[in-house]
Amino acid sequence: MNNSTTIASILLAAILTNNMVLSKFLGICPFLGVSKKTDTAFSMGVAVTLVMVVATAVTWPIYHFILAPSYTYLETIVFILVIAAIVQLIETVLKKYIKPLYNALGIYLPLITTNCAVLGITMLNITDSLNFVQSLFNALGAGLGFLLAMLLFSGVRERLETADIPEFLKGLPITLVAAALVSLSFLGFAGIGG
Amino acid sequence: MEIVIPVIIVGIIGFIAGLGLSLASKFMSVPTDEKQQKIRDALPGANCGACGYSGCDGYAAAVASGEASPDKCAPGGAASAAALAEILGVEVVTERKTAFIACGGTCENTKQKFNYDGMQSCTAASLVSGGPLECEYGCIGFGDCAKVCPFGAITMQNGRPVVCGDICVGCGKCVYVCPKSLISLMPETAKVRVNCSNKAKGAPVVKACSVSCIACKMCERACESGAIKVENNLAVIDYSLCTACGKCKSACKRSVII
Repeated sequence: MNNSTTIASILLAAILTNNMVLSKFLGICPFLGVSKKTDTAFSMGVAVTLVMVVATAVTWPIYHFILAPSYTYLETIVFILVIAAIVQLIETVLKKYIKPLYNALGIYLPLITTNCAVLGITMLNITDSLNFVQSLFNALGAGLGFLLAMLLFSGVRERLETADIPEFLKGLPITLVAAALVSLSFLGFAGIGG
Repeated sequence: MEIVIPVIIVGIIGFIAGLGLSLASKFMSVPTDEKQQKIRDALPGANCGACGYSGCDGYAAAVASGEASPDKCAPGGAASAAALAEILGVEVVTERKTAFIACGGTCENTKQKFNYDGMQSCTAASLVSGGPLECEYGCIGFGDCAKVCPFGAITMQNGRPVVCGDICVGCGKCVYVCPKSLISLMPETAKVRVNCSNKAKGAPVVKACSVSCIACKMCERACESGAIKVENNLAVIDYSLCTACGKCKSACKRSVII
């Protein structure tokens, strides 16, 4: 397989087959927390995508040039440290140079500091022994997959608002049931793109 | 000694991250709008949200950008509106508004429909066939408004909430919590007020409470400026026409107008 098809399949797999939220069940907190409205869901999705790519670009070299091979057990703590710092840095930079984007992302950017989906993708890149470029595309795909899941689910939730739901299922229970159904539909993608 | 190297690695990475952040905050700091900061300082900082923004910071940003008018801050009242107006260089005229509970019923003059023995909350009691009072529009008196008031302006006296006009800042929290929608924000200048919310008419109203508006229209006839009208069986005062002469007050046979 040549390079471009590998990247295409990585992207496809990350978005659909191994969708962060719906197949790996990472980042459930923002998935349930900010998916009430489509526009906030979109902001959150973009913020997560951005942070995932930048975080991967920094953590991959750190792992392969500093931690490997003797100190790989430091992966988790170092990655958390680095991701937290990066999110803060991105916030400062955006505030200075891209004010509209900063305003659009708003509170969601700092919220991602400890998002498990971000930590998850950086660690998965290491476990799957992807090279640097592949890792970046995997992170991009995972971010887009997260965005897709958020958008789909916010659509479902907006419909739920007006639906006639039995009393005992109102609120979180029906949300979780809906999430499970959306997740189930993504099972159909299993096998595509490897 | 195995622990030394990992500690050093994490330490160095942490140090670099910290250094990067502090440098970034130094060189890429965005000077916050001076005006916005001044406005923020002039606000009381209660973060009550009465202005309709997420908090005092949000409101300050909105005022600084000209999006919001400077008189929206309820706790700050006229003082903060004046301070904000001075910062912005504009003039505002504000009216102090305080909460007014439009019901004169007490244990003595309002009859009970049944003995309520449930949860001591107006909202809960009002769900039991409209509340324990004979008057389904009246104050139930469990003091949900007094409980919600963040400033302690509403106190319960003889089972009735009383608003202290000096403490009340007009944040409107009680307006939302009252299940009978008895509370409204009234300008302090409104001297004559209708102290009843009963929209029913006739004998049941007379039977239910001794200080209820029975829509007899005596006030309407007494008013010379045409400011008071009976709408939906309840007297309503148009304060833009009211001269506070007090004629309606003396015309009312049931002491509804105060």
